[in-house]
This record gives sequence, structure tokens and C-alpha cells, in this order.
Amino acid sequence: MIETYLPNVDWTKMWDATVETLYMTAVSTIFTFVIGLALGILLFLTAPGHIWANKLVNLLTGSIVNIFRSIPFIILIILLIPFTKFLIGTIRGPEAAMPALIIGAAPFYGRMVLIALSEIDKGVLEAARSMGAKTSTIIFKVLLPESMPALISGITVTAIALVGYTAMAGIIGAGGLGTLAFLDGFQRNREDVTLVSTVLILVVVFILQFAGDFAVKRLDKR
Amino acid sequence: MIQLSNVNKRFGTSSTAITAVDGVNLTIQEGKIYGIIGYSGAGKSTLIRLLNGLEQPTEGFVEVNGRKISSIGGRELRQARQKISMIFQHFNLLWSRTVKENITFPLEIAGVKKADRERKASELIELVGLAGRENAYPSQLSGGQKQRVGIARALANDPEVLLCDEATSALDPETTDAILDLLTSINERLGLTIVLITHEMHVIRKICHEVAVMEAGRVVETGDVLQLFQSPKEPITKRFVSQVTEPEDAKKVMSLMRQDYPDGILVKLAFVGERTEQPVLASLIREYPIDVSILQGNISQTRGGAYGTMILQLTGDPEATAKAIQYLHEQGVQSEVYEK
Ligand SMILES: Nc1ncnc2c1ncn2[C@@H]1O[C@H](COP(=O)(O)OP(=O)(O)OP(=O)(O)O)[C@@H](O)[C@H]1O
Ligand SMILES: [Mg+2]
Repeated sequence: MIETYLPNVDWTKMWDATVETLYMTAVSTIFTFVIGLALGILLFLTAPGHIWANKLVNLLTGSIVNIFRSIPFIILIILLIPFTKFLIGTIRGPEAAMPALIIGAAPFYGRMVLIALSEIDKGVLEAARSMGAKTSTIIFKVLLPESMPALISGITVTAIALVGYTAMAGIIGAGGLGTLAFLDGFQRNREDVTLVSTVLILVVVFILQFAGDFAVKRLDKR
Repeated sequence: MIQLSNVNKRFGTSSTAITAVDGVNLTIQEGKIYGIIGYSGAGKSTLIRLLNGLEQPTEGFVEVNGRKISSIGGRELRQARQKISMIFQHFNLLWSRTVKENITFPLEIAGVKKADRERKASELIELVGLAGRENAYPSQLSGGQKQRVGIARALANDPEVLLCDEATSALDPETTDAILDLLTSINERLGLTIVLITHEMHVIRKICHEVAVMEAGRVVETGDVLQLFQSPKEPITKRFVSQVTEPEDAKKVMSLMRQDYPDGILVKLAFVGERTEQPVLASLIREYPIDVSILQGNISQTRGGAYGTMILQLTGDPEATAKAIQYLHEQGVQSEVYEK
């Protein structure tokens, strides 16, 4: 039955590609989360009137974030080829896609973190300071928990964007469903392969969105 | 206990400087409830923030319980802050934490062990009357309950001083009274020094021992609350006092009264403390051949005693009237005469 409608689909290959996509998305999301948080917190705390108020650092970080956020991902991949080669030793396969994925997504997420932190009531930060809280306490016990729903919905959006990026990275041979859809499906005129790969990517996106929305709902006690 | 000497606080660059606190000298005794009253922008919040080092003075020095808040920093300041708690107009609770977790937060900061934190939080929840709500989130509480959490949180580290920045301004009158009663009982039971900022004289009257009046960054008048009610010197103080003693604008009331009672003279009396209960009026009526009508009267209770005002109409022989007023003076009753 399935063979009649999808004659060219190799399910083992399809499964391996799905796992690769999930692997690339998961690892790059984790790195993006950590680096984006660090960037967002740095931008927030170095802004005027905040604990680490520092015009130079703020401006520098802000510029880096803005530049990398503005470069189209496909161009970023190409620009990063030498860096990837140096870091990973190859420019093919899932690992080789990760530097570009992370460098593309972390500044994007960093901005979202900044917005999330800016929405925290300033009075709460003042209250924490009035209790004698250290900066690390303020970061880990006030800033992060108080903005958690926004941080989670931000990382959900970012993770979904990363699924899209992995598909794009597939064009230069990163592996995963993108490569399968492009090389095996599109270039060899096997529509069924392209179709199934696309459906699987959509399923991954829907699951991410659902999980993100669920987590936000659970966390938000406002 | 708390000492401010020649404190100035300026904001902004030299060209756009705003002097928020201007040459303030203040001494606050241990165990007192000290009120600071002033209109919006008078510099009250800035002044109270100097007391826990959230702001540093541009000039002068601030000492709280033997610690020079204005010259310490870093770890030393953070430790000092654990003993100088603060509550806020908008409560400033962490919405992501339950009532109990909000109260244990300052204990976490102070590095108290988990079992001790739990015990202390339970005690405080009891003290502020929130038993049964310890696992609620702030969003599930009313304003008054949120402020109770704020107070419990502020008491967690057994502070020496409690700073209240407009702690009741976001609450309705009844809830305000309940919170003020709670603060009074905390002051009495724990001997805690409380510094309280407000723009409502009602709050000062109800719970403060002493008061400072602020205007444009300066402390223009200080003293015992009852004293201030009795004989306010500065115009701004008089305005604040009349907030409580005269529900409506005093001048308007007097001129309306004048229209309604064109005869004789009108006298406004201010009674303080003991004398409110003394039968001054009775003897006035008995001893002088004049007619006395009470047009308006009210009594306010302050922590130092009662304070009342009364508007009388005296009709009759002018000489006798003059003597009657003389008599009131001798009795120590403050009087203001409104001639025709
Ligand atoms: N961080 C700041 N930067 C610049 N100006 C400030 C700052 N904080 C306060 N001011 C100014 O200092 C003055 C006093 O402000 P403050 O908040 O102390 O007044 P307040 O008496 O508490 O008023 P309110 O009753 O409205 O709270 C105001 O003119 C205000 O604009
Ligand atoms: Mg204020």
C-alpha cells in the first residue's frame, strides 16, 4: 500500500535523516540557549542604570548581536566555512552544520532574552537588591525565574527556526531531512521523498511548538 | 539609631542637575515609628533609599545602627542590607514564587539552612495572618495580602530597621488600617524601628511617634506627631494637618459658616491630649454671659493622644466675648478667631 504511493522512500534512510535533524536541532538549541542567555543577560546588565552599567561593553555586545542577526543564514554558512573546517575538521555532516547554526541563532535568541528581561518589574530587582542579594543571586533567582515563560517561548521560536536552518544547511550536505529532501528528492525528481521529508519536518515543528506552549502554560503563575 | 548629616543627593549631570535631597539632617531613635511626609516629588523615596544604600548621597553621611551606609560597599553593604528591610507600594513580590518561597528568599540570600528557612517562614506566615495561603502565588492574593507577604518577607532576617515606601498607598482605606495595625503591633512586639514614607497625614496620625515634613528635597519641620498637630509652623505642615482635621477646605468651610451664622464671632479651637476630655466648654458657658453654639467638631486619635478641632459661634456682649476668648487662651486651648 505504502509502496504504491511512495515508491522511492527508503524508510531506514528516512529514519536516520530524522534522527540527524533532531540531533542537530537539539545540540544547537542547547548551545543557543546558553550563549543567547549569556548575551541577553550581558546586554541587560550593562545597559544604563543597571548593575554592570557600561556603555562600551553594551555597545560592543549590541553591535555584534545585531550584525550576526542580520546576516542571512545561507550566507553565514558560506562565510563560516573556514572557521568550521578549522573547528570540526570537515564541512560535511551534522557536526559541521553546528557552528553556523549556533552563531546564526544565538544572537537572535540573545535579543529575545533581552526583551524578556526588560519586561521584569524593576521593583522586583530593587527588592532583591534591598535584601542584600549578590549579582549571581539576582541573575539565577530573580532574572531567570521571573522571565522563564518568555525565555521558554523564545527558545521554542528559536528551535523551530533552527529546524528550518538545518534544512537549509542540508543543501551544503549537513545531513538530516533537509539533505534528503534536496539531494534525494528534489534533485532526482522523487517527489515522494521530498514530500515525506517535508511532512516529517512539519511534525518536528509541531511537536516543538506544542511542547513549548505546554511548558509556558505550566510555568506562568502571573 | 539612624543619623543623617548634611545629606545632599543630586541626580543628573551638572547642567541638568536635580537636587532630590537637599541638606537633610535627621536623627531617628531606636524603636520609634518615624514618618516622613511630603507631596509627590518631594524626595521622600530618594531619602529612604539612602538609608539602605540603594542610592549613595552626593554629600553628607548616613549612618544606620552604627554602620556608615554612605561609605561602605560590596559585601559589607549587602550584609548591612539584610538588617535594613524594605516594603514597597507595589509589593514587589516574585510572581514565580509562592507565598512561602517569597518569604524564604531573603533567608536564602543570607545563607540560612533549609529547615530553618521553613520554620521561620511558617512563623512569619502566622504572624502576618496568612496561615493557609502559604502555597498560593502572589497573583492569587489581594493587595492587602500581598503587602502582608511583603511584610513577612521583610521580617525574615530579623531586621533592625524596617523601611516602608508608601506601603499602603495602593490599598483601600480599610486594608490600609489593617496593615497599619500590623505595623504597629510589629513595632511593639519586636521593638523594630520603622521609617515610613507617605503623602497621607492619616497614616502619620495613626501610627507614627515622630514625623518629618519634606518639601522640595528639604526637611522643613520635624517633631512629635501630637506636637505637630497642635502647632504646625510651616504652611505645608498646616495643609497636611488639615487633611485629617478638616475634611473640607478650611477657608471655604469658614466662609460658608459665616454666611449661615452672620452673628457674633466664629472661633476655631484646637484641643490637644488631655484637654480634649476636660470640660472647658462647660465652664466657658457657665462663667461667661454669652451664647455658645457648636458649629462643627471632630477628634483625631494620634499615638501620643487625642487631637481635636471645634468651631464655635460666640454671640453676646463683645466685652464678655473677648474675656471668654482670653479664658480659652489661659486654658491652653489654641484658638483662631474669625471676625466678621
Ligand atoms: N534615578 C533618578 N534619576 C533622576 N532623577 C531622579 C531619580 N530618582 C528621583 N529623581 C528625581 O528626584 C526628585 C524626588 O524624587 P522622589 O522619587 O524621591 O520623590 P517622592 O517624594 O518619593 O515622590 P512620590 O511621592 O511621587 O513617590 C524628583 O524630581 C525625581 O524626578
Ligand atoms: Mg516615592
